[in-house]
Amino acid sequence: MWDRREFLKGAALAGGSVALPGLSGCTIGSKARGHVVVVGGGFGGATVAKYLRMWSQQGVDVTLVERNPQFISCPISNLVISGDKQMSDITLSYDGLRNTWGVKVLQDTVTAVDAAARKVTLASGGVLSYDRLVLSPGVEFMYDQVPGLESEAARDSVLHAWKAGPQTAALRKQLESMQDGGVYALTIPKAPYRCPPGPYERACLVANYLQKAKPKSKVLVLDANEEITSKKGLFTKAFEKYKGILEYRPNSELREVDVASRIAVLEFDKVKADVLNVVPPQRAGDVAAKSGLKLINNRWVDVDWLSFESVNTAGVHVIGDAIFPAPTMPKSGHMANQHAKVTAAAILNLLAGEAPSPAPLVMNTCYSFVDSKNVIHVASVHQYDAAKKTVMPVAGAGGVSAAANELEGKYALAWARNIWADMLV
Amino acid sequence: MKLFRWMLAVGLFGVLGTAQAEVKADPNLARNLAATCANCHGTDGKAVAGSGAEALAGTDKAKLLQKLMDFRSGAKPATIMHQISKGYTEAQLELVAEYFATRK
Repeated sequence: MWDRREFLKGAALAGGSVALPGLSGCTIGSKARGHVVVVGGGFGGATVAKYLRMWSQQGVDVTLVERNPQFISCPISNLVISGDKQMSDITLSYDGLRNTWGVKVLQDTVTAVDAAARKVTLASGGVLSYDRLVLSPGVEFMYDQVPGLESEAARDSVLHAWKAGPQTAALRKQLESMQDGGVYALTIPKAPYRCPPGPYERACLVANYLQKAKPKSKVLVLDANEEITSKKGLFTKAFEKYKGILEYRPNSELREVDVASRIAVLEFDKVKADVLNVVPPQRAGDVAAKSGLKLINNRWVDVDWLSFESVNTAGVHVIGDAIFPAPTMPKSGHMANQHAKVTAAAILNLLAGEAPSPAPLVMNTCYSFVDSKNVIHVASVHQYDAAKKTVMPVAGAGGVSAAANELEGKYALAWARNIWADMLV
Repeated sequence: MKLFRWMLAVGLFGVLGTAQAEVKADPNLARNLAATCANCHGTDGKAVAGSGAEALAGTDKAKLLQKLMDFRSGAKPATIMHQISKGYTEAQLELVAEYFATRK
């Protein structure tokens, strides 16, 4: 593994980087040298790219491959859909990673992974060699499970808005165009899916908007799960406040979509909507799901919890929503950021010829808006358990808000600004 | 293969002796634990100015540890920190406090 030329190149880079930030704050030297390719610039990928550079004191080269020119945040995007925030509030640049941290950011997509040769192929035709590969591709929608949404045209009409971007703005437009007295229906897939409380937050925020702007309208929440999957007591209370405008229906799995008539076909019912918002079932992103990595339930990548390395493919680490989660671990941006830090630490150890840290700890904080100002949280802490070889929730830790409150509304926005900076600035 | 490498590493620590092995075991533990706080409190405890989150960088170690322990015992009320601090052992909180105290 140890390569003298790579070492000298890395040493030269580290020596030439004294003016860069990150070095002054570090007291522990890093022997790690090499090239890490990161695929996906979301909460997981951007964070691992920054922390690899920061903790190696620029000793490790990092290339980030991201298909979008800018980062658009899913957290806070429900406030754009409700009209409380603008797209510009959730859109951030990759320039901090480029200029402050020296990450090579390529706007491209990876079309193939050759784990044996440690190379990835880019859509633009290039090939990147790596010592370690980190895949943070997020989720892919399983449209094969939603008959009616086969075509691009159908998907442009019945939106998910579950990956922040053009669909976020488009869903806002659909709600603005809806007449007073219209029906907004949101379908939720069976867990696990990205951001467990997200759909309920969206339902609350859309109800809050409609209550003010189009009070004769209705919000229908069609949940495939048998009950609210996150912050149940608090969302139940919030839904009561929207009584008359919001209706929650559990055990309502979507079977088919009639796009032309905007009808959600359930097992025993058909629901007609004016704005139909379908969050499809999800699995690991293609680059992780189709590269020979071991999957669980044919959907999520099975990883080693000390390093987030694939259990069957050496040198390939997978983080964020794409992995099969440890017990009670949510698929969240916050958690992806925490995966990223454990992975950055593990990779730097491995590149220095050392074992990963034997006792990683991760934690989650998730704030949800129930209206423009009031927020509820859920928090948890997860510690590696050597006997179980997985990450287990720490008993007695974590919990939810006592009640929705404005102070946590401020903290939620503070959380967003700090986590965005933690990954990108 | 991976397992073998780790066994080798563990074996080497054994040769070096227990005291040294404890230090050697995870020199980055404090850094790694403190990084779990950054999502809300900023990278290395340097919160975004004006964000409303408390910056932890450069805080006196004893003061910060006391605060964390008070959150943990419930003596100090909070919206969320009483729940999060319970997820860390006292030894882990001490490492976190020490790490932030040295950040400037």
